[in-house]
Amino acid sequence: MSFIQIENISKKFDGVTVVDNISQDINQGELFAILGGSGSGKTTLLRMLAGFERPSSGRILLNGKDMTDLPPYQRPVNMMFQSYAVFPHMSVAKNVGYGLVKENIKKPEIDHRVEEILALVQLSSFSNRKPNQLSGGQLQRVALARALIKKPKVLLLDEPLAALDKKLREQTQFELMNIQHELGITFILVTHDQEEAMTLASRIAVMNEGKFIQTGTPTEIYEYPSNRFVADFVGSINLFEGIVATNDSNATQVKTDALGLLAASPDARVNVGETLWVAIRPEKISLSKKTISSTDINSVKGAVWDLGYYGNHCVYRIKTDNGTYLQVTTQNQSRATGLDINWKDEVHLSWDPACCMVLRE
Amino acid sequence: MKQRSYFVTTAMFFGYAFLYVPIAVLVIYSFNDSSIPTVWNGFSLRWYSALFENEQIINAALLSLKIALISATLATFLGTLAGLALTQTNTFKGRLLFTGLIAAPLVMPEVITGLSLLLVFISSEQLIGWPDSRGTLTIIIAHITFSMAFVAIIIQSRLATLDKSLIEAATDLGAHPFRVTLDITLPLIAPAMLAAWLLAFTLSLDDLVIASFVSGPGSSTLPMVIFSKVRLGVTPDVNALATIIITIVGLGVVISGWVMYRQEQRTIRRVQQP
Ligand SMILES: Nc1ncnc2c1ncn2[C@@H]1O[C@H](COP(=O)(O)OP(=O)(O)OP(=O)(O)O)[C@@H](O)[C@H]1O
Ligand SMILES: [Mg+2]
Repeated sequence: MSFIQIENISKKFDGVTVVDNISQDINQGELFAILGGSGSGKTTLLRMLAGFERPSSGRILLNGKDMTDLPPYQRPVNMMFQSYAVFPHMSVAKNVGYGLVKENIKKPEIDHRVEEILALVQLSSFSNRKPNQLSGGQLQRVALARALIKKPKVLLLDEPLAALDKKLREQTQFELMNIQHELGITFILVTHDQEEAMTLASRIAVMNEGKFIQTGTPTEIYEYPSNRFVADFVGSINLFEGIVATNDSNATQVKTDALGLLAASPDARVNVGETLWVAIRPEKISLSKKTISSTDINSVKGAVWDLGYYGNHCVYRIKTDNGTYLQVTTQNQSRATGLDINWKDEVHLSWDPACCMVLRE
Repeated sequence: MKQRSYFVTTAMFFGYAFLYVPIAVLVIYSFNDSSIPTVWNGFSLRWYSALFENEQIINAALLSLKIALISATLATFLGTLAGLALTQTNTFKGRLLFTGLIAAPLVMPEVITGLSLLLVFISSEQLIGWPDSRGTLTIIIAHITFSMAFVAIIIQSRLATLDKSLIEAATDLGAHPFRVTLDITLPLIAPAMLAAWLLAFTLSLDDLVIASFVSGPGSSTLPMVIFSKVRLGVTPDVNALATIIITIVGLGVVISGWVMYRQEQRTIRRVQQP
């Protein structure tokens, strides 16, 4: 039996289905991320877990106990709000200790635990400050400390790092992971930032239009997306529509309009004659001025059409002779003032069929 | 900055003069030494001391203060409850209906409010024998009824700008909805409650019409006493009294305005913060 069981949860607002029959098990101590675009129903799902919305149908079980009908103040679940929701009229210490006061814990014990948790989020010297004297990042840590102090069984985080700048966000991501590791609390994190989901989560659910499209580890989601939507949503990918020509245990070959016959890693589920997509990640393609591939398959000629320099890597857009565009990323491994491959250069592209997959809609 | 046209400046000057010259004249003449109100005869405070020897006026002033204090406090209490209830009404139609109903007394002519309250008191006396006569109690009740509407509107508009996630966060941390109201909602709307109290206080102190309807023998409020005195001819001690009232009411309005302004500034600052 899993720690959290979400069973056929749906939510309708005025007849519009926002969360559509989701079932999912989440394990104890896991950092589970829900990744989805704007309006996909992430917040609504999280609010049902916290108890702020009642599901239109379905159940939520925690440790085998049904908590669908429990009000928020009776659930062993705490939430960190996207807007932080730090109480403006209370000091940092009062904010953080609020959850304990409601548990009738004695004052010395409260003070002790507040101190402890403030040390954990590195805010010890701020305990007497009022929220309007804190920066965004500090407020965010107050909100985190306040949600953690009750040692909830589950911590829900709604886009916790959205308001932070890139540097602080990365730093806080590691802090979050450490804290999660240290306290062993189950985290359920909602985000629309796929990098954040990738770095933090042990498992990711990709959500669209109220449904979980795929659930898996970050690697599974990235390398083995279950369909075109997931592949397209997580990371960048080159997609070519085509018809399956041959399919055996060596390779699945697809006839595409854009690039002719392409070979992908074998997939027993597809049938010859079926229309689907061949997908290849930009970093899996090798780029060279000379011919590198001995075979004709999965090998294309083109010219550099567009080029983005990101310091550690480059993103190329290659236009083939018949006008198809491909995206390729390369690592900048050597230190040089100019790039090997530059605008308008003639290039050869090739990739291993094993890195290439076939996807349905 | 754009140059203001002479026309606008002149219009503004006359507009404000129209508003404030009568008050200024009244204040100035309250320091007049002459017993004929319209002839200036040098500065003196004799009308102020005369005022403090006039038992009728002192009693009326004390009664007015007492009524204002009690009715403002109770109106703030009830109006706040009404405001809280209104924001917790879930359906949009229901909220619209009740907001409309609570705002109606604001636009009701005072004569009608006064008359209807009088009718209520009379019939209630006949039916259940309470209130057994009209006087201080009925004035207090009447003042609560009409100032409560103002309080509810002020509280409701403050609650509408309150960040809902604060309430949810407190609930999430294990606080029962009632505790949330005490711990979070009330402290955050306290400045609005103070402003509402001050408004209710000045409204009660000001009121002549409604009080005239529902008062009884021996319970004349200050405005009623002034009005009856003035009908017999203006005496300079009324000027002095009016000056004192203007000062009190003015202070009330300024303080409540200032409190609300500060609240607004704080909200703006919070919104601008990430
Ligand atoms: N209380 C509500 N009443 C009616 N519709 C709602 C309500 N709350 C959310 N919705 C609708 O449900 C849909 C999903 O909203 P939700 O907030 O769950 O999206 P989200 O995935 O969190 O998006 P974002 O990334 O933008 O936060 C939206 O179309 C929204 O308009
Ligand atoms: Mg959201």
